[in-house]
Amino acid sequence: MAGRCGTQVLVVLLAVALAACGPSTAGGATPGAATADGASGRADDRLAGDLVVLAAASLTDALQEIGARFERDHPDVTVRLSFASSSQLAVQIGEGAPADVFVSAGPRPMERVADAGLLAGRPMRFAGNALTIAVEPGNPLGITGLGDLERRDVVVVLAAPDVPAGELAADVVAAAGLSLRPASLERDVRAALARVELGEADAAIVYETDVRAAEGAVDGVAIPVARNRGHRYTAAVVAGAANADAAAAFLEHLRSRDVQDRLRDLGFALP
Amino acid sequence: MTRRAGASHGDRAVAAATGALAVGAVLLLVLPLVGLLLRIPWSRIPEVVRDPAVLPALRLSLTTSLLALTIAVALGLPLAWVFARLEFPGKALLRALAVLPMVLPPVVAGVALLLAFGRRGLVGAPLDALAGVRLPFSTAGVVVAEAFVAMPFLVVTVESGLRLLDRRLDDAAATLGAGRWTTLRRVTLPLLGPSLASGMALCWARALGEFGATITFAGNLPGRTQTTPLAVYLLLETSPEAAYLLSLVLLALSLAVLVALRGRFLGVR
Repeated sequence: MAGRCGTQVLVVLLAVALAACGPSTAGGATPGAATADGASGRADDRLAGDLVVLAAASLTDALQEIGARFERDHPDVTVRLSFASSSQLAVQIGEGAPADVFVSAGPRPMERVADAGLLAGRPMRFAGNALTIAVEPGNPLGITGLGDLERRDVVVVLAAPDVPAGELAADVVAAAGLSLRPASLERDVRAALARVELGEADAAIVYETDVRAAEGAVDGVAIPVARNRGHRYTAAVVAGAANADAAAAFLEHLRSRDVQDRLRDLGFALP
Repeated sequence: MTRRAGASHGDRAVAAATGALAVGAVLLLVLPLVGLLLRIPWSRIPEVVRDPAVLPALRLSLTTSLLALTIAVALGLPLAWVFARLEFPGKALLRALAVLPMVLPPVVAGVALLLAFGRRGLVGAPLDALAGVRLPFSTAGVVVAEAFVAMPFLVVTVESGLRLLDRRLDDAAATLGAGRWTTLRRVTLPLLGPSLASGMALCWARALGEFGATITFAGNLPGRTQTTPLAVYLLLETSPEAAYLLSLVLLALSLAVLVALRGRFLGVR
């Protein structure tokens, strides 16, 4: 009996260990040692410490790159990124999540946080995005546009309506006079994309940059500009940020020439 | 004299430490529930209940969890009997695999279900091609996900119960002329009652509360696959009060299960 109890405890411990997971970090650059050029007279106001950034899921790949770049510029800073739908992040900040920067896709989540008095400054626009239809590589069902998403043989998924991407998709669909029957309303735009990547869905309405970031795992079917909608990404420093200096610098970084060029390369629209 | 005083001093220290840790445990477990109760908009419940996400989620959860329970009993009882009464090569491994969903992180369970029953899955692909049956994004998929994570609870509880039964009663029934089916029906199952009831209660509660496997495998669509835990997760973003209310309902149901079990956990009397 004791032997069986012991085994069960071991199994539970293993399960707990497996279930534990940490937040995603960018680059993982270790904070640098003391400045080598101690010869310069002026006190160096180097940025240091952790910088916690809560960002929209659609920025996963872009911000991981941009965060790593920021760490190279500021070796004493470790950028800690956490991605989820902007609406989910707004809830987290409202519940007191310790964040320095909030990056939202779309105005509503940012407004919610601002209305709750949780921003330490005004939101800043730094990029934009537009929607597209993600389909399986090779487009086996021959989807050519939004209208095809109404077909009964097409399994389509969207992001949930209070997620910025889902809200936009609903607008675009309604404006086109269509009524879709989505199989699922996913909790963020990347989850919707994943359904197509996994082959569970035939099509998903996601951002153009999501299709690019998928690097061939999905193909994109464009939505004509006249029918398309886009969001503008905004970033702001969160009230009570532990690392307000680094947060402000990060916002500057987002609008720097290099980063803006890189965002354009990745498919984002510029403000 | 000195030795006795030393022993009682040590005893008191241990008792104090145990007491303090126990209080800590109670606080850890109870405070979140108190926190939830304090946030419920008690006076506005009739209004909050009318949020379009609330009642469909509750109805769906009740339906799917009861169906999952039925499957768990239909398949789990025989399996528990096999584990309790038979010996065969590979039994230990099989038993470990059968119990695995109980400790598997739910999202992992969801991924595993996709790989098996998804559109490109091991079983799912032929199912789709031959019978046009698609489990993901369907209510049936929710039932499968819930049964997958909850059945082991029933199996383990009932197996323990079976092991504790006195086989001699079965033998006595046989000497009195009862066939195997009659023995099962009139001797084994009635004696198994309490374990079976505990197992069913735990199984149902687990099925009701499932989130990770359901959202990964079956997706989220109000009325079809948006069970109560999924609704709570998403409602937090738009109507937190509805989320708190649904949480309260789940909390009350879980509490009812525990009270009904009255301490009979996992087959241990």
